[in-house]
Amino acid sequence: MAEVTTAPAIKEKEPLFGKKEKKLITDPLTDNNPITIQVLGICSALAVTSLVLPSVVISVAVVFVCAFSSLFTSLLRTRIPKSIRMIVQLVIIATLVTIVEMVLKYFSYPVYRQLTIYIGLIITNCIVMGRLEAFAMANKPWRSFLDGIGNGLGYGLILVAVALVRELFGKGSLFAGSAAEMKIIGASSDYWINTAADGSWFSWYSNNNLMVLPVAAMFIIGIFIWIQRARNPELVDIS
Amino acid sequence: MESTNYVVGFTLAMTVLVALTLSSLFYGTKDKVAQNADVFNKRAILSAISAKLDQPVSAFSDEDVLALFEEKVEQKVVDMSGEEVDGIMAEKVDMAKEAKKPEEDRNLPLFIYNAGGEKVYIVSVRGSGLWDAIWGNVALQSDFTTVVGASFDHAGETPGLGAEIKDNPAFAKQFGGKKIYKDGEYVSVGVIKGGAKDLAYEVDGLSGATVTADGVDEMLYRGIKYYEPYFGKGKG
Repeated sequence: MAEVTTAPAIKEKEPLFGKKEKKLITDPLTDNNPITIQVLGICSALAVTSLVLPSVVISVAVVFVCAFSSLFTSLLRTRIPKSIRMIVQLVIIATLVTIVEMVLKYFSYPVYRQLTIYIGLIITNCIVMGRLEAFAMANKPWRSFLDGIGNGLGYGLILVAVALVRELFGKGSLFAGSAAEMKIIGASSDYWINTAADGSWFSWYSNNNLMVLPVAAMFIIGIFIWIQRARNPELVDIS
Repeated sequence: MESTNYVVGFTLAMTVLVALTLSSLFYGTKDKVAQNADVFNKRAILSAISAKLDQPVSAFSDEDVLALFEEKVEQKVVDMSGEEVDGIMAEKVDMAKEAKKPEEDRNLPLFIYNAGGEKVYIVSVRGSGLWDAIWGNVALQSDFTTVVGASFDHAGETPGLGAEIKDNPAFAKQFGGKKIYKDGEYVSVGVIKGGAKDLAYEVDGLSGATVTADGVDEMLYRGIKYYEPYFGKGKG
């Protein structure tokens, strides 16, 4: 794992939002992305990305859980008994995930019903625990918090990008299930591009069912990894 | 290494704190969540008869849904021999619990929608998908043969795949106008992989979700049949 930003624990002046702090947020979005570089959190990236809306909700939930579990773990880092370190981290994560679930149930029951088991699965998301072990246990609270936000965002970015491709080519729509649903291409007049219309240029087109299946996420993430490493060869040897 | 006392003390303190936080949150949100669930289930039942409503179910506010149920939906519970059971509302019947009872002891919820002298009978069915339970509501005209509409839901099918039974309106929409009796014989509505052939009695399955679609097929065949004794009485 690439730990570019781990600062040595010396008494330096720590600005609230200096260069290092900014890097904590931006690095996971690009050169230290949890999915494409660290290759963590692949399991859930395959499962939820067939539609954009659930991906967005899961991403927001992961950002929240990642940020606050890092914060609490970092606050407690000198007090957590080493022998039960991981159990404590899991309790913190599980508590936060349960809170996310309750908030969704309270404010947006239909979205909760759409995601049900996937919310619970954030507990086992390797990114969250990975960041607690690798960063929050060794860094101060504010930086850990930023690191959590950065990694949550980096995960969410890839998740939503994969979901955009899969939903568009698999279903012909975007944001299905939300108020902002867009019907892009399909075989009825509800869609912007109607493949069934007479004389349509797109009459050859039909939705690709492979995109609906979890394997499609595998290909798409693979292509993202390829593009990113082709553009920046320094990344090739990292993982 | 910390002393055992410290580890035990830390664990205890953490457990108590977490338990208190979560349980107070749970009690604080309980009533609103129960109401959300109630409205959610009633919307599902209404979406089975969306063809008879003057606006889409999503356009109704939560209060509208509850009011509409109060005014126009009659709730009955029938047993497996088609007799009405008194003293219980259909919405209180827990299909998950009923499914654990022996078949002959089950109670069946029945919602009757009255609109302008016309009655629509909404029956509830429950079965198994790929990962967990699936269930649904099927609305029938008063001839107990023609389907008005259907709605489905699930506990844990995959979003974009099996979950399409609920999330994709086009799937449920197919059921409108289908017949469950062919030449007087019960056939249910078949969910067919690769596309329906006998259009009066079958609908298309879901690509990528064969097991869930087969589950819907089985659930409908078995679940609607439970109501047959009641249909028989209704027909006279």
